[in-house]
Amino acid sequence: MSALPVAPPAASAETEPGPLALARTVASRVATTCLVELQKLRHDRTELVTRAVQPALWLLVFGQVFTRIRAIPTGSTPYLDFLAPGILAQSALFIAIFYGIQIIWERDAGVLAKLLVTPTPRIALVGAKAFAAGVRAVAQAVVVLVLALILGVHLETNPFKIILLVVALLLGSAFFCCLSITIAGLVLSRDRLMGIGQAITMPLFFASNALYPVELMPGWLQVINHINPLSYEVEALRGLLVGTSARLPLDFGVLFASAAVMIAIASALLPRLARG
Amino acid sequence: MTPALRCVGLRQKFGDTVAVDGLDLEVERGEVFGLLGPNGAGKTTTIRMITTLLPAPPGAIQVMGRDVARQRTAVRRLIGYVPQQLSADGTLTGRENVALFARLYDVPRAARAAQVAAVLDAMDLTEVADRPSKTYSGGMVRRLELAQALVSAPQLLILDEPTVGLDPVARDGVWDRIAAIRAATGMTVLVTTHAMQEADEHCERVALMHRGRIRAQGSPGELKDALGPDATLDDVFRHHTGNALTGDNENGGMRDVRAARRTARRVG
Ligand SMILES: Nc1ncnc2c1ncn2[C@@H]1O[C@H](COP(=O)(O)OP(=O)(O)OP(=O)(O)O)[C@@H](O)[C@H]1O
Ligand SMILES: [Mg+2]
Repeated sequence: MSALPVAPPAASAETEPGPLALARTVASRVATTCLVELQKLRHDRTELVTRAVQPALWLLVFGQVFTRIRAIPTGSTPYLDFLAPGILAQSALFIAIFYGIQIIWERDAGVLAKLLVTPTPRIALVGAKAFAAGVRAVAQAVVVLVLALILGVHLETNPFKIILLVVALLLGSAFFCCLSITIAGLVLSRDRLMGIGQAITMPLFFASNALYPVELMPGWLQVINHINPLSYEVEALRGLLVGTSARLPLDFGVLFASAAVMIAIASALLPRLARG
Repeated sequence: MTPALRCVGLRQKFGDTVAVDGLDLEVERGEVFGLLGPNGAGKTTTIRMITTLLPAPPGAIQVMGRDVARQRTAVRRLIGYVPQQLSADGTLTGRENVALFARLYDVPRAARAAQVAAVLDAMDLTEVADRPSKTYSGGMVRRLELAQALVSAPQLLILDEPTVGLDPVARDGVWDRIAAIRAATGMTVLVTTHAMQEADEHCERVALMHRGRIRAQGSPGELKDALGPDATLDDVFRHHTGNALTGDNENGGMRDVRAARRTARRVG
């Protein structure tokens, strides 16, 4: 027992941390969470496969059928190429939304309390979750992209574009993860969140350009499409992956701003979640 | 020297339920202190206020002389906390679970691996350290959680019902570890329980809590002697509350049953 660590000389931080210390803590916690996420993935690789089933079905069934019947005009781009980035964004969306459900479960199991009692500012905790969702999404994206390649989708291999693709996935996942945490912080119960989670993910998906070009949408849907961050994510992914026209600065601007705002809102609601 | 923990006039309401109702408490440095009370007495709520999970007004709670409301981050660094539910991450190994908390408490990289190994060893988990913790028994998960709480070398260790749901052997295992930790580090330990017998055996001082208030306080011996020659701590409790020890609050009971089930599902 003598090997047990003994309390360090007077705890270093006696005052509340300033902005610099805060930034350092956020970076350190994000790195920690990222590591833990990879450890979990390593222990449970089957999850990567089970989560790939749905996007695979979309690409195989929906994609193949609609390519053949040419029901959705996508110009010179084959429909399957058009669809692949949309399905990529969809699988990232589902993973991210799941994180909000997970945080309620973590609260019920006492895990959230244990995390909140560590010297970790709320915003670092939420930021870390958001990043973790992104890490999962990127890992999943590799699987979906391999699948797309097998199906004969022509993908860009420019490393710079791949990096931008990863950034777009991280930002999009951060937004939806924090959206889900925010809803969790408002409804406080897992059952209600499950219902709401399902009630918003599909509309978010259908009210985006993931499956069809914006021009085909009725006017009211186009309006929703314009305020739906998923559409900007899809546009960026599509531009980067298959080279369709994309307003990349606008897309990344919207994704960055919406992620930042959502992280702030989710952080503000976290104490409510822990209390409830 | 300031006490390890001082609470003055602590109060917490949830809607119409008064969970903590003017609680005063002082825990001396280096003692094993038991906060006792039936389901719904307000033990967990009190602990959630001490651990900064619920807001407390300035001046109401001090940990090692630091105000919980004003020096939150400093207080968090001083505390090790094991919640009532079994809360280890089942998909991670024991070692990964502990290493995570070493990182969250900013244990320097150079010392990290050794410190993680040391607490795992102290909790007799070295052999199973690289197995996913979902394969652990309830007693092992509790010891893993103790290891998680200890890796940052806290000065005040707070355990919420650490032996609930464990078999007698596992229960003794946890109490033995608590005694050993205290002997090795001189750490202050605040532990809640509704098992009067266990508290009698293992705590130096206890406070009897009922409906949000402390009804009596002292060493188990003092409290029993004051009542009569053959009194047990159970008798002392009944004497001070005029109430049976079984849950006097259905809500509290139900929430716990549900939480325990969820935990069981998760760990199992
Ligand atoms: N988040 C909450 N919302 C509403 N009521 C709550 C909440 N937390 C606790 N309560 C209520 O406050 C009272 C005290 O609960 P608390 O959990 O602190 O008791 P306890 O002594 O820890 O009991 P147990 O032995 O069952 O763990 C109970 O009546 C409980 O129903
Ligand atoms: Mg309790």
